[in-house]
Amino acid sequence: MRDVAIIGVGCTEFGELWDKSFRELFVEAGVSAIEDANVQGGKIDALYVGNMSGGRFIEQEHLGALIADYSGLASLHIPSTRVEAACASGGLALRQGIIAVASGYHDIVIAGGAEKMTDVGVETTTDALAAAADREWEGIMGATFPGLYAMIARLHMYKYGTTQEQLAAVAVKNHHNGTMNPKAQFQNEISIETVLNSLMVADPLRVFDCSPITDGASAVVIAPAEIARKYTDTPIYVKASAQASGTISLHDRPDITTIDATVAAANWAYKMAKLKPKDIGFAEVHDCFTIAEICAIEDLGFVKKGEGGKATESGMTALGGKIPINPSGGLKACGHPVGATGVKQAVEITLQLRGEAGKRQIEGADIGLTHNVGGSGGTAVVHIFGREK
Amino acid sequence: MSVPRFWRRLKNLYNLIGTHCEKCGGFFYPPRNMCPKCRRNGIVNPFKFKGAGVVVTYTIVHTAAKDYAKLTPYILAIIQLDEGPRLTSQVICDHSHIHIGLRVKSAFRRLGEESDKGMIYYGTKFVPMEPKP
Repeated sequence: MRDVAIIGVGCTEFGELWDKSFRELFVEAGVSAIEDANVQGGKIDALYVGNMSGGRFIEQEHLGALIADYSGLASLHIPSTRVEAACASGGLALRQGIIAVASGYHDIVIAGGAEKMTDVGVETTTDALAAAADREWEGIMGATFPGLYAMIARLHMYKYGTTQEQLAAVAVKNHHNGTMNPKAQFQNEISIETVLNSLMVADPLRVFDCSPITDGASAVVIAPAEIARKYTDTPIYVKASAQASGTISLHDRPDITTIDATVAAANWAYKMAKLKPKDIGFAEVHDCFTIAEICAIEDLGFVKKGEGGKATESGMTALGGKIPINPSGGLKACGHPVGATGVKQAVEITLQLRGEAGKRQIEGADIGLTHNVGGSGGTAVVHIFGREK
Repeated sequence: MSVPRFWRRLKNLYNLIGTHCEKCGGFFYPPRNMCPKCRRNGIVNPFKFKGAGVVVTYTIVHTAAKDYAKLTPYILAIIQLDEGPRLTSQVICDHSHIHIGLRVKSAFRRLGEESDKGMIYYGTKFVPMEPKP
C-alpha cells in the first residue's frame, strides 16, 4: 500500500443555488480542485462521485458518466464511478479514491461529491432523505430523520442530563464558525434563544437544531505521496481511512445514544494512524442535528460518553477551545448537500492544515479528523489527515 | 410504498409476526430471515409476539412526510417488546402521558393513507397499559 496525499481541493459555495445545475456544481468544484493542484486533465486516471439521491432530486442516475462527460473527460474514457451511502456518500467517494491510489491501481484521482436538493419540493426532499432510514420498518411508521435523531436526543437527555441549551450551544458555535466561511450557507450569528424559540420539528429538536437543505459540490485531487510535491508545496497526507457499518434502523442499535459504526471506524482509524483521540488537533464531524455532534465527539473519543453536551457548553469545541469542532460551520451552518458533505470536510481540513482557512484558521493544529455518517448510523467514515506522513 | 411491497408484509404488520432463531433463542421484529448471531447455522421460524413492551425513547413529530402530515403532532417511539426485540412505531395517547419506561401494548390502527382515493395502510401502533397518573 502506498502513502497518499491530497494535492488540490475545490468547493462551490453552499446554499440554495437556483441558477446552478447539478453538473455545473460538480464541474465547478472539480475544476477548482484541479487548478489548485495544478494538474492537467490528461493526467487524471479516475473519478469518484459521491451522491445520495440523484434519482430522486434531479431524476438522473448514471452520474459517473454524466460527470466525466461534462468535465470534458469523456474522450479520455477514464473510469468514473458514483458511490452511495446516504449522507456518507462523499466520505465514501473520498475513501474509494484513496484506496484506488494507495493500491497502485491509479495515480491521480478526483474524489468529489455533489447534491442538488432544491430542484424538487421540500416534501420530496424529506421523503428522499427518509430513504436513508429503513423504509419498511421506520419510514412506514412515520419516522422522519429529525424524528430519529430526536429519539437519540431524548434518551441522551434522560441518561446523561443533557439539556436543550447544550444542544443549542452546538448550533450557536457552528453558526459563529460559519460567519467566517465565505462558502457557508448561513453566515449569521444566532443565540441560544434563537434556537430555543424556533419552530419545533421533532421534540426536542427545533428548526435550528437541524442542518438545512443545500445545493453544493466539493472535490479533492488525490495522488501518491511520493509524487505529491511535484504538484504542491503543501501536500496533506492521509494518515487513515476507515469505514464501518452499523444497523440501518436506529431501534436495532445496541445503545441508541451511541453510533457504534462511528466507534468502530474511529478505532480502526486511530490504529491505522497510530494515534489516539488526544492527538487530534481539530475535527469536522457529522452534525446533521445538534445531538449528532454531541454523540460524535463522544463516540470519537474526544470526551467521555455523556459529556458531549457539557463539553460544548464549556467552549471546549469552539475555535479557540481545546479541540475545535466544525471550523467550517459544519453541516449546520456551512450547509449539507448530502453527497458533497464528506468531501467538503476533507477540503476544510486541508485548508486548515495548509494555513489557508482565513479568519477561521486554527493555530498550530497539524492533525485533523473527518467524520461522516450515513442515515442514523448505518455507515460511518472516518479519515485522519496530517501535515506530515 | 407500492401495494405489493406493503401487502407482502401484511401478516407481520397486522399481527406482530416476526421471527425467532431456535438455535440461539434470538427474537426478531422486524423479522429477519438471517440470524445475526448464528448466521447460516441459525434455524429461523416465524414467531407471533405478545405485543407488550416498554417505551425506550420517543419524540413528538411536528413536521412529517406528506402521507403523515394529517397525523401531526404524533408520538413516534422505539419500543422494546417483552420478548426482547425493539421496533419503531407510534404510541397513541395524550402527549402528557408519554414517558421513557411507559408500559405499552400493541393495537391495530391505521398507519396512513396515500391520498383521499389511494391506499389506506393499517398496522400495529401502541397504547399505554397504565392509566395516566
